[in-house]
Amino acid sequence: MGSISLKNVKKSFGEVQIIPDISLDIKDGEFVVFVGPSGCGKSTLLRLIAGLEDTTAGTILLDGEDMTKAPPARRGLAMVFQSYALYPHMTVRDNIAFPLKMAKASKEEIDKKVEYAARTLNLSSYLDRRPRALSGGQRQRVAIGRAIVREPKAFLFDEPLSNLDAALRVNMRLEITELHQQLKTTMIYVTHDQVEAMTMADRIVVLNAGNVEQFGSPLDLYKKPANRFVAGFIGSPKMNFVDGPEAAKHNAHSIGVRPEHFKLSKTAEAGTWKGKVGVAEQLGSDTFLHVHVDGLGLMTIRTDGDQTFSHGDDVYLTPDQTRIYRFDAAGKAI
Amino acid sequence: MATAQTRTLSRIMMAPAVIVLLIWMIVPLVMTLWFSFQNYSLINPMMTGFAGWANYLYVIGDPSFTQSLVNTLILVGGVLAITVIGGTFLALLLDQPIWGQGILRIIVISPFFVMPPVAALIWKNGFMHPGYGMLGHLWKFFGLQPVDWFNQYPLFSVIVIVAWQWLPFATLILLTALQSLSEEQREAAEMDGANAINRFYYIILPHMARSITIVILIQTIFLLGIFAEIRVTTGGGPGYASTNIAFLVFRTGILSNDIGAGSAGGVVAVVIANVVAFFLMRAVGKNLDA
Amino acid sequence: MARNVSVQTRIGFTIAAWAIALLLFSPILWVLLTAFKTEAEAIASSPTFFPQTFTLENFGAVQDRSDYFKHAFNSIVVSVGSTLLGLIIGIPAAWAMAFAPTKRTKDVLMWMLSTKMMPAVGVLIPIYLIFRDLRLLDTLQGLTIIMTLINLPIIIWMLYTYFKEIPVDILEAARMDGAELWNEIVHVLVPMAVPGIASTLLLNVILAWNEAFWTITLTSGRAGTLTAFISSFSSPQGLFLAKLSAASLLAIAPILLMGWFSQKQLVRGLTFGAVK
Ligand SMILES: Nc1ncnc2c1ncn2[C@@H]1O[C@H](COP(=O)(O)OP(=O)(O)OP(=O)(O)O)[C@@H](O)[C@H]1O
Ligand SMILES: [Mg+2]
Repeated sequence: MGSISLKNVKKSFGEVQIIPDISLDIKDGEFVVFVGPSGCGKSTLLRLIAGLEDTTAGTILLDGEDMTKAPPARRGLAMVFQSYALYPHMTVRDNIAFPLKMAKASKEEIDKKVEYAARTLNLSSYLDRRPRALSGGQRQRVAIGRAIVREPKAFLFDEPLSNLDAALRVNMRLEITELHQQLKTTMIYVTHDQVEAMTMADRIVVLNAGNVEQFGSPLDLYKKPANRFVAGFIGSPKMNFVDGPEAAKHNAHSIGVRPEHFKLSKTAEAGTWKGKVGVAEQLGSDTFLHVHVDGLGLMTIRTDGDQTFSHGDDVYLTPDQTRIYRFDAAGKAI
Repeated sequence: MATAQTRTLSRIMMAPAVIVLLIWMIVPLVMTLWFSFQNYSLINPMMTGFAGWANYLYVIGDPSFTQSLVNTLILVGGVLAITVIGGTFLALLLDQPIWGQGILRIIVISPFFVMPPVAALIWKNGFMHPGYGMLGHLWKFFGLQPVDWFNQYPLFSVIVIVAWQWLPFATLILLTALQSLSEEQREAAEMDGANAINRFYYIILPHMARSITIVILIQTIFLLGIFAEIRVTTGGGPGYASTNIAFLVFRTGILSNDIGAGSAGGVVAVVIANVVAFFLMRAVGKNLDA
Repeated sequence: MARNVSVQTRIGFTIAAWAIALLLFSPILWVLLTAFKTEAEAIASSPTFFPQTFTLENFGAVQDRSDYFKHAFNSIVVSVGSTLLGLIIGIPAAWAMAFAPTKRTKDVLMWMLSTKMMPAVGVLIPIYLIFRDLRLLDTLQGLTIIMTLINLPIIIWMLYTYFKEIPVDILEAARMDGAELWNEIVHVLVPMAVPGIASTLLLNVILAWNEAFWTITLTSGRAGTLTAFISSFSSPQGLFLAKLSAASLLAIAPILLMGWFSQKQLVRGLTFGAVK
């Protein structure tokens, strides 16, 4: 079991309020990702759940039990740190066994669980090495191994992949997702990489300046962003926003169109926006065009990789009318 | 890292250290202050009661006090001059590309590990003794009359011994500071066409300034309390010629059993040390956040 | 340091440095050589460099005359005992200041340092009287207590600077892994800080071993340490020179070796982390 709920949780460091007021309900077995810009309080929120920081106000319930004041050791949660935080003086085996030793497990039980974790994570041949002698990906797996042996109520990950190179990151992403499917334990995962967020999460919490902007499934967030912040944050490349008379035509303060929701042509058509191609970023499968639209500014357009455009070409853009997002003056979706 | 629980634990963890140091700092100091205003002699139990400023007047009015104060200043100043200037040059020399740098470091630091009474006795008997000391032999070799160092120049002799012990300390710290001056900085200066002397004044010396300050302050703390070197060589004499404040308090309080006057001297020593400590704390404190 | 200099310059610097170093080292060398000479040779009017007749009898004589081993034992008890006691008090305190700092942590550290600056003579008399009344004069217990107190600030400061270098993440990981404070300190912090704790131990044993104010003023015979033992040789006329050297050599040799090992940490310890 591992449901986590936060009720009106607030956190200030001295005078500075980092988390004004957050309530969240995370269901047992769910994979929840916290995303948001740097400094928005993701780690702080995670550490509040872990018990590494005190809440200023509010309650934290784990499986319905009030754990607001409980020390981390008693909460039954496991955490994987960005820095891995392995014990440098212990072998891989001892690192993984440490939580079990703290729980006073028997020798046989420890051996059995360590072996099992090592097999699951492909660490069997490294068990007698020190963390120093491991690669970044291996270290991360040891950190995960240390987390899974204690069979926690939930796993907390704080940007666990951000120290790895791009290729390895993709691999580890898959491994963690697979691990979740295998264990079916609640996981909270902090990242500011929205690809990680979209691909791994059952539900995503978008945080901004300590507030929850939206909490929903990845596709919900993509299709029905609650506000302009979420709309701009989720999706890559970013959504294009237009204010002023063009938005007024749609009865909105501002409108947004995603780069992939444009029709593109080289010849003029009715109702289209005219522009000049600036930079064309060709990725092979896709091409991202940065188009200077007359009177509306720079827009990013996604097209397939087969069409070729070059700098200075005139292009005509037609936004998909069914996929225009409208926002009011406060940025709320309408 | 700041839950109420860790904060409580951290207070408990710090308590023993804070409490023992608090007691250690306050109790004896208050007693010293108290005694310094009392008539209290271990020899003459009839002498009791409040003494007012009498002990202070007695101690400060005594010519031995003035002499001890002057001696203290000369001792501290002399040793500082020798060790800081000598240490700077030695550090610069050891920082040059030389063979056996590692071994040299060890050889140079050695005197610092020699316990004060041993240091004092080696110099007193092996080197400065007019009859069979090495310096005596050297003087005779050049056809000179050997010097009876501890009788003729008692304070100077003590300064030599103490400087010998502390020169390695200054050298080692200044050498460490020097080695942290990055090669790039030096090379940049060389590229800018600075010659050796300019480099020393404009690059090296400013870089070492803070370390030199720290060496001066830390040594001063220790040098104000020089005791064993005097105790086993001159015994403070002849007369009071090599008595410093620390030794004077010992002579008055423990050897002459005049607790009141000894305490007054102790209070004076505390005041002097506090002035120095104030500056040291500022220098070290500045470095705390860095 | 890979500066390009000519071989001549390098030879010049090397000779100068070695000459000065050996000059500084000569008193220790003198002790080393004289300890193995006969008394007659030691005070001969034309001095010898190497012992002409190599003898070990000075060492035996030193032991017979004033019981070297007893004093050495006392020195070991006091220096090691006070350092261990200091570590037991100091490790938790340094943990608190390094990993759970508050606004006042810096002030507490500075205050601890300031207790180190109190001149010993300022409190000699009350300590002497208190010790006399508690019958702690000339006891190993009394001396160990004093030595712990005077070195505690250095111990805490050194440990603090070493602990600061340990990432707090790792201690938090231990907490998440279910470790209570005791386990966090014993199984994670201390093993990780072993090099720092060892240097702290070494430097403080050296400082306590060489301490020569309290050991001389508070002991007379029973609890005398090696500093007191050597001081008892303070007026060796004539025939004692070789024995004095033997005694001195015995007193400084162990600590000299330890000092050579810990010289790098010495800088940090004695400057309270201000110079590294
Ligand atoms: N112990 C602390 N004391 C004071 N302020 C803190 C403390 N910890 C975090 N903060 C502040 O709280 C805010 C949120 O920090 P947090 O680490 O939660 O951000 P984050 O969302 O994890 O950012 P990142 O993506 O960069 O990791 C930041 O402005 C930070 O400066
Ligand atoms: Mg973070």
